[in-house]
Amino acid sequence: MNEIDLIRTNPSIDPQLHIWGWEIPVYLFLGGMAAGAMILSASLGKKNNSTWVRLLPFAAPILLSIGMGALFLDLANKLHVYRFYLAFKWSSPMSWGAWILLGIYPVAMLLGVLRLSPSELNWLGNRLRSANVLASIRQFAEEHEGLIRAANIGLGAALGIYTGILLSSTGRPVWNSAILGPLFLASGISAGAALALLFPMKDEEHHFFRRWDMAAIGIELLLILIYLLGLATISGPDGALANEAFLGGKYTAPFWSLVVLGGLLVPFTLKLIESARGLKPTLVAPVLVLCGGFALRWILVYAGQA
Amino acid sequence: MIFGEKKRYVMTVDTKRCVGCNSCVIACKQENRLPPGATRDWIVTETQGIFPALSQEIRSERCNHCSKSPCVSACPTGASYVSTGGIVLVNHDKCTGCKACIAACPYEARYVHPKGHVDKCTFCIHRVQKGGLPACVETCPTKALRFGDLNDSESEVARLLSSREWKTLNPGTGARPNVYFLI
Repeated sequence: MNEIDLIRTNPSIDPQLHIWGWEIPVYLFLGGMAAGAMILSASLGKKNNSTWVRLLPFAAPILLSIGMGALFLDLANKLHVYRFYLAFKWSSPMSWGAWILLGIYPVAMLLGVLRLSPSELNWLGNRLRSANVLASIRQFAEEHEGLIRAANIGLGAALGIYTGILLSSTGRPVWNSAILGPLFLASGISAGAALALLFPMKDEEHHFFRRWDMAAIGIELLLILIYLLGLATISGPDGALANEAFLGGKYTAPFWSLVVLGGLLVPFTLKLIESARGLKPTLVAPVLVLCGGFALRWILVYAGQA
Repeated sequence: MIFGEKKRYVMTVDTKRCVGCNSCVIACKQENRLPPGATRDWIVTETQGIFPALSQEIRSERCNHCSKSPCVSACPTGASYVSTGGIVLVNHDKCTGCKACIAACPYEARYVHPKGHVDKCTFCIHRVQKGGLPACVETCPTKALRFGDLNDSESEVARLLSSREWKTLNPGTGARPNVYFLI
């Protein structure tokens, strides 16, 4: 027997760690989806795309703004939020994240302006009463298209990976896995594709997003397997705690049913049938992917604090 | 001590002397005016063995002021920093309450103060700078707690650590804690 008795009632750590609530999974999910939207819209060539696909680059700043709102609500010292931008700490993933978020706004907006149709550009110019400024931004974007697309892919990947590193840089057994970075990136790309697939689009665009979604889901399944193997091989009490989470404990049922089955295997199969038989796509698969992506982050954030 | 030599403040906790009376906890709460329900140090009782062959160790625990502190690395604003003699402190003005340091700390030594910033043991740096001792050390009725500069070979902590067997908590984290438990 080895029993540890402790009488302590410190806020946020006793009787168990509870520092991060609903705000964090919401932010991680929206941030991942924004990363996916950036990577996919930058990868898609500019070939008379349909309306919603053209507007996809603007999803990133909108989703990020909502996510950062949630992040702000989580801060215990909200008035000091500006402190994130008075320092850069290379050793802190959160500091990297704060600066990456700032870089995403101009880069994603430039890609958005680049993709707008001439009539949309006119409309926006009139609404903002700055048609000339917008026209010069468009010209700048056209001259630097390659750079802007590369920056969207680069910053999108950085954002996607960072949402995972945020958890994995801690000392908690469930979080302390380098796999979380690529896992959250793959899940973010899949969520970005699912978001696009909610809207009407041309067949070839649909194929593009479905291909990416299926590839991302496949990679995600593989990464989840590696992640679980990592947890299963942690020894000692930490290992017991980690195994407890997904291989027999409190979070096992929601993890396997909501994330693996409902969020990955079922939508993957639906897409497979859809493409093999040439069926008309429904919203079922993308909605399931989005729910699964959210469940993944929700469960990981809570399981890490159990 | 040679003038200008770098100090390395450490604490030793004699588990053979500690009776778990909680004096250190109360002294700290009063000295540092901590909010109700919060403590910067606490008593842990660890019981090992199979009845009736049981052994018990009582420890007064607190922030380990690690030499490679994960909390300082995780802090995005520089609010958590290493001060004189290796003491790890939180600058309340810079703290956003993001809690990255709490997630990073392997010892659960930090908590969120009701005012919004993160709070933890300071080794009573305000007393140490005036030549005093941390409140917990000064009050300890069994003299289980000792504090001093490990770089000074004449200091009591240096002598205790060279003559007694000791351990640190969770050494596997690689954080290099500076609170030593004499066993």
